Parts: sequence; structure tokens; C-alpha cells
Amino acid sequence: MTDRAVEDLLRAEAPQVLAALLRRYDDFAAAEDAVQDALIAAATQWPREGVPDYPRGWLIQVANRRMLDTLRSELARRRREEHHPIEEPPPVPDRDDTLVLLFLCCHPALKPSAAIALTLRAVGGLTTAEIAGAYLIPEATMAQRISRAKLKIKESGVPFRLPTPAERSARLAAVLHVLYLIFNEGYTSSTGPDLRRSDLSTEAIRLTRGLHALLPADPEVAGLLALMLLTDARRDARTGPAGELIPLTEQDRSRWDQSQIAEGVALVTAALPRGPVGPYQVQAAINAVHDEAPTAEETDWPQLLALYGVLRGMTDNPMVALNHAVAFAMVHGAAAALDLLTTLAADKRIAHHHRLHAVRAHLLEMAGRKEAAAEEYRKAANHTASVPEQRYLTLRAARILSG
Amino acid sequence: MKYMLLMHGSQRVDAPPIHTWDPADVAAHIQFMHDTNAKLIADGEFVEAQGLAGPEEARVVRAGRAGAPEVTDGPFPESKEFLAGYWVIDVESQDRAIEVAAAVSLAPGPGGVPLNLPIEVRQVMSAPSADA
Repeated sequence: MTDRAVEDLLRAEAPQVLAALLRRYDDFAAAEDAVQDALIAAATQWPREGVPDYPRGWLIQVANRRMLDTLRSELARRRREEHHPIEEPPPVPDRDDTLVLLFLCCHPALKPSAAIALTLRAVGGLTTAEIAGAYLIPEATMAQRISRAKLKIKESGVPFRLPTPAERSARLAAVLHVLYLIFNEGYTSSTGPDLRRSDLSTEAIRLTRGLHALLPADPEVAGLLALMLLTDARRDARTGPAGELIPLTEQDRSRWDQSQIAEGVALVTAALPRGPVGPYQVQAAINAVHDEAPTAEETDWPQLLALYGVLRGMTDNPMVALNHAVAFAMVHGAAAALDLLTTLAADKRIAHHHRLHAVRAHLLEMAGRKEAAAEEYRKAANHTASVPEQRYLTLRAARILSG
Repeated sequence: MKYMLLMHGSQRVDAPPIHTWDPADVAAHIQFMHDTNAKLIADGEFVEAQGLAGPEEARVVRAGRAGAPEVTDGPFPESKEFLAGYWVIDVESQDRAIEVAAAVSLAPGPGGVPLNLPIEVRQVMSAPSADA
């Protein structure tokens, strides 16, 4: 087996091994450390000596041994010899515990940054160094973030089991949100000058695919997976050779990934009639409409306007209202949409947001009001916290004034 | 979200230059900076921190003819403010960045009295939000 194949196998097994330990021991931090040790041992031994017949059993045994060592030294410290740790390794579970582990790592008691780090490590099987690299922070900082998250879980005393039916929907929403944040971080790369760090989006898609396999009937899980695939399908077309931002309408659609689009469309088409319809399904449907248009001109804007209307009813997010205004402009004209923006600008959460200026600039440009449009593009450029976006907006302003 | 906290030294602040302080006060100041960084690492928020050499050592460089450097002393000899050091932190919100800035501003000066140095809080540029 190649190193790469071993690595893939280990990443798939890691959450199962951790779950097996967590079913016996309630110390998340120690269990996670023990699993990491077992993975390291496997990564060095297996490529050389071959993969054992029962990789999961092997890993559980090694991790358990390490766990016992830790417990023993703790026991010795506390001088409580009357408790003897169990020598038998925990049984190889006959079911997939990844779901329980995901619920644990995305527990609402954790800050999003902590839940993300823990999920990537414990479920995704990434090393601390890899996660730190993806988020462009020092490894020591990420290590602390992870160990604090583990401590928090231990302190909160969350049992290793699925949430009760009463809390299930809120807990699943928290899991989906964490997966969405990981995807978005990869897709938009909210840190650093480059537009995207594709590894994180690929990892988010892999994790969400796993979740969908565990909960195939859940429409929002399917919706999120579809949303990721339909967005990720445009990844290569989204940036130019110098890393510059290319807006949807100007992208070379032949560079969109048709197989991802087909998969995403099939997922959301199957999920929507099952209900209940949630925001991830609607956003997936919106992206499906964009992805299925052969050219920007052929985009089905009335359909998008209807979908943004539905999405607006589900969330109080002013960004959704802003996108709704864009769709409104495409259907009813820029002048009417500019009135919508005036109303929106009263919302403090968005009044000074660069997207509001950028959309207003776009609508003014559509309405032929060049100088006002350039001024709004300039304002948008001043308010954005994104380098590629700032360059793009500055360029738009300059183009209008020179044309 | 990443933020840069810029610590401005100011010749207008009441405190005299650090090299004239009591050595114990200098040591306390250095310890404070060390503890601040250790705390940021422990909180999982630290990205980078640097102190800068004094403005007397600063040079302003412009490309002259054929790209050759034209060097002047500076940054701005006549100005009373200069950049003394900076932190880059990765935090959940701007509120948290402001909280860290306030904590940093408490760095002790002569006699252990907080210097209350002004800390400029700037968001680090990142990538745009997703389209569509």
C-alpha cells in the first residue's frame, strides 16, 4: 500500500477509533491524544510492514494501550490503586459512530473557531499543523485552541451519545453550520491574499458527504452537500491568472465542473419535495439556477427572484435581502430595485457594508448613471476587507470613468 | 477574523523614553509583553507579535533614478508619533479585538503605572464572501 493510500485509510478510520475509546472513557482529550499516537504508529509501520488484516482493531488496540498508560500514570499520581483499568481493548463497534463524534465536536458550548478546529482534527483526521496551515495561524496557537475545546467538552460533561429527539434539530443545525463555515473558509479563504484554499472546501465536502451517507433522508444535509457542490463547481472559473476575482456573470462557463453540477442538482431536486424546506436547500436551488444557465443572459431571474423571496422568509440576514434586490433589478429594472436599497440602507447591520455599496453601484451602472456608480464602487472598495474584492471594485470604478 | 493591533509610541505621552526608566520598571514592562503573548497563545488567538526598533533607527526609502534606493532618515522626524510594535490576532469578533487592545494598552510604565498607549485596531484584509 502506498503512503497516500495508508493516509486515506487512517483518516477514514480515525473517527471510528476515537469513538470506540469514547464509548468506554469519558476523557475526550486523553482519548484524542491516544488516537493520534496510534495513527502515528500506523503511519510509520504500515507502509513498511504492510497493513494488518483488521486495521480498525489494530488501531483501537494500540490507542487503548496508550490510553491505559495515561490512566495508569494518573492513577498512580492520585494513589487510587483500588481502581484497575480494564485491560481488554474496547470492542470494535459494529456501527458508525462518526455522527456521534460530529455532534460532540460541534457542540453549541464551543465557539465556532473551536468547533471547526476540533471537527477537522477529530473527525477529519487532519493534523494540528495542517489545520494551523489552512487557517494561517501558528501551530502552537491552533494546538491551544484544540486542547481548550477538548477541555471544554470534558468539563461540560456531554455524554458520548446521539442528542435526544428534543435537541436533535438544533444540534444538527450546529453541525451543518460548522461544516458550512469550513467550506466557506476554503472557498473564499477569509484570510490571506489568495482567493481560495481548496483543501478546506474539499475536506468540508468529504465530511458533509459522510454525514449525508449517515442521514440520507435529511433534506437539509442533502441541501448543504448540494450547495457545496454547486458552489465548488465554479471554483476554477472564479479567479483569473493573477488571482483576480471574476464575477459570476463574466465567468467562462465551460470551466464549470459539470459532474459536480449534475450531482448537486440531483441532490437538491430529490431533497426539496421531501420537506421540510430549509435555507441550505433554497441556497442550493439558487446556485443550481445559476449553474444550469448556459450563458449569463439566459439566467432564469424570475425563478431566482422567487427563491430569494422564499429565503428572505426564512432568515433575517440583510445579505439575503441585498441579493433579493439584485434579482429584483434583473426582473423589474434597476430603478425599482434602487428604491429597495434605500429601505435596506436603514438597516444598521448593513448600512456601511461594502456589499450594499457594490450592489448600489451595479444598479446605478445598469441605470446608466455612470458617475454615481463610480462613486459607489469607490466607497465599496474602501469598505471591503478583501484584497481581491478591493482590486475588483477599484477596477470597476476606473473602467466606468474611463469609458 | 484577523486583526492587527498597532501600538503607537508617542513622544507626547507623559512617560519619558524607556531607556531612562528604572531597570525594574523596564523588566516589568517586558514581562507584561511576554505574559500578554503567552495569554494570547493559551487562548488560541495569537498569530504574530513584534516590537520595532526605535524611530531613530528608521529609514524611509524611495526608488530613485533607475530604481536605486533613495534613503532618508525618518519615518517622519517632525512627527511625535511612531509605531512601537504590533500584534496580529485571530479572534471571533471586532469586540474581542478591542478587548485585547484595551488589555495591551495597560502595559506598565515608570512606577508600574499603566502607559495607556493608544492602540490602533485594524482588520486584516481577507478574501471576499462567496458569490451568488
